[in-house]
Amino acid sequence: MNPSEVIRMALASLGVHKLRSILTMGGITIGVFSVIGVMTAVSALRTSVETGLSFLGSNVFQISKWPTGIQVGGFNREKYRKRRPITYAEAQRYRALMAGTTDVVRLVSWGDGQAFYAGRQSSPNLDYGGTDENFLAANQESIDAGRNFTAADVELRRPVAIVGQTVLAALFPSESPLGRSIKVNKHIYTVIGTFAKKGTSFGWDQDEIVMVPISRFLEDNGIKHSSINIATQAESQAAYGDTLAQGIIAMRLARKLPPEAENDFDVYSNDSLVAAFAQVADSVSEGAFVVSAIALLASGVGIMNIMLVSVTERTKEIGVRKSIGARRVNILAQFLVEAVVLSVAGGLAGILLGVVAGDIAASKLNAGIVFPWGWALAGLLVCTGIGVGFGFYPALRAAKMDPIDALRYE
Amino acid sequence: MNPPPEASPPPAALPRPRPIRPPGPLVIAIDDVAKLYVMGEETIHALRSVSLRIHRNEYLAIMGPSGSGKSTLMNMLGCLDTPTSGRYEFNGRNVAAMDDDELAAIRNREIGFVFQTFNLLPRSNALRNVELPLIYAGLPPEERRERARQALADVGLGNRLDHKPAELSGGQRQRVAIARALVNRPSILLADEPTGNLDSQTGVEIMALFEELYERGNTLIVVTHEEDVARHARRIVRLRDGLIASDEPA
Repeated sequence: MNPSEVIRMALASLGVHKLRSILTMGGITIGVFSVIGVMTAVSALRTSVETGLSFLGSNVFQISKWPTGIQVGGFNREKYRKRRPITYAEAQRYRALMAGTTDVVRLVSWGDGQAFYAGRQSSPNLDYGGTDENFLAANQESIDAGRNFTAADVELRRPVAIVGQTVLAALFPSESPLGRSIKVNKHIYTVIGTFAKKGTSFGWDQDEIVMVPISRFLEDNGIKHSSINIATQAESQAAYGDTLAQGIIAMRLARKLPPEAENDFDVYSNDSLVAAFAQVADSVSEGAFVVSAIALLASGVGIMNIMLVSVTERTKEIGVRKSIGARRVNILAQFLVEAVVLSVAGGLAGILLGVVAGDIAASKLNAGIVFPWGWALAGLLVCTGIGVGFGFYPALRAAKMDPIDALRYE
Repeated sequence: MNPPPEASPPPAALPRPRPIRPPGPLVIAIDDVAKLYVMGEETIHALRSVSLRIHRNEYLAIMGPSGSGKSTLMNMLGCLDTPTSGRYEFNGRNVAAMDDDELAAIRNREIGFVFQTFNLLPRSNALRNVELPLIYAGLPPEERRERARQALADVGLGNRLDHKPAELSGGQRQRVAIARALVNRPSILLADEPTGNLDSQTGVEIMALFEELYERGNTLIVVTHEEDVARHARRIVRLRDGLIASDEPA
């Protein structure tokens, strides 16, 4: 018997009880939807994290009081809050200790503010911070016009600023900003340069930024509560491991930590951020996997139930088919294919809905659209497996029916 | 020969004299067949000892009151069931020793069933119902459709191909069932109370169709408890208590 003929029969039978078929498929759809939805969102995020999460330059690690936002398991906020802030003096001590290893140590202190020029203003919460000449290398920034900070700017606490493209567009729609004085919060700075465009990452406009020398920034804004983030760039990838180890020692010395105390600062890099995200993604995926495994199991039982009902209802039909020459394998195939069609159709709907929902969720987080082929294929295989696995017993029951009893059934 | 005017026959009355075709090769050979059913403590002898020979070109009626073993014999002749003891050869092949799938193949190729309740698939149209045995026989779609169309035309339903059973009258449904039974050119057509669910006029029409089928060269076995139906056959086998009580020409 021709396989297309079997599928045709299955579709015809399923079409008779449309509502029942759709409801049965619904269970599978939900199970597949949950796993595919989460996997789509996660892989979209993963892709953009791997390509887009690079606010630190290459071979750079950062030391700060606060850990990154990506945490696995419980986040013990209190532990971090109690840490002493990293002071400017400690940061400078660190830089001095690292002098023999690398010259590229960038200090940054972050705040937020609003910039004004000639009656125009920026958005009220731009990134306003103090840093030094190594900001470009450590933060993957570059200068579009004008110049970078110099060591002298920092040493002499010069009131100068470099602005991002979004701020530039807001304050200087039609003139060069270089040499102009802008006001950020209450402080006046002369613009000496502009950063090249960096774009948006996870909804965060990286061009909405005004940077000034860190010494000036601390003087203007007070140093009491701000903690300094220190980025260190190793001279090469080969030197990264050693530089990191030295950096941790230097920081412990700078902070005057006793030997038995654990580090009271966090160290991370692009790679460790990506790895941390991957860990989060993995545990989310595992959760979704378990949930949908349960949902699929439940809907598999649903399919078996509906197929048993169907076999009983169609006992007479089975008898007729047998009396005109259907062999066991024909009947088995017919009911098995019905179960597989149910679960695969449900699975396809789940995949489609899941991909759409996952991509919508991912695009809300500014991640790109992806189609998780691997998961979709796996989903289809699992659905086929469910159809075969849970459809087999009812189909076997149908195939083994005695034709005389089946014909007599009313 | 003109019928007497006062006894004008119904339109589909049997033509007289009825032709009798010479018997062909042996199709069915049953020797000392018995069938026992064990129901709990009790053993029921549905068939005690039946021996029967049926040749191609015969038109046979099997009669008997309920409980006589007529249904059991029919199921066995139709290869839906195998005997507990005895020998059953169909076209020289030992059916008693066959497994389910071999029996299914015999049913598909050698036997055409016609049931009292028609047993058509309600969701399929006439053409599709008639095609079904050919699907199981593995025929390609084009040939299948052509033969099903021809079989329906042969029973006078060439213009009802797309009708579902619910859209057909009882007589038309039984004609679809007969077309389905004949479409695979079986050795025998096995009908179980073929007029039992039809009004008498339609019953007469179906029996006239059977007569026509016989004259066209089919081998017919009709199982019935109605004398009116049985008298159309050329040979009547009567069963009683699981034994053949009589076996004589009609």
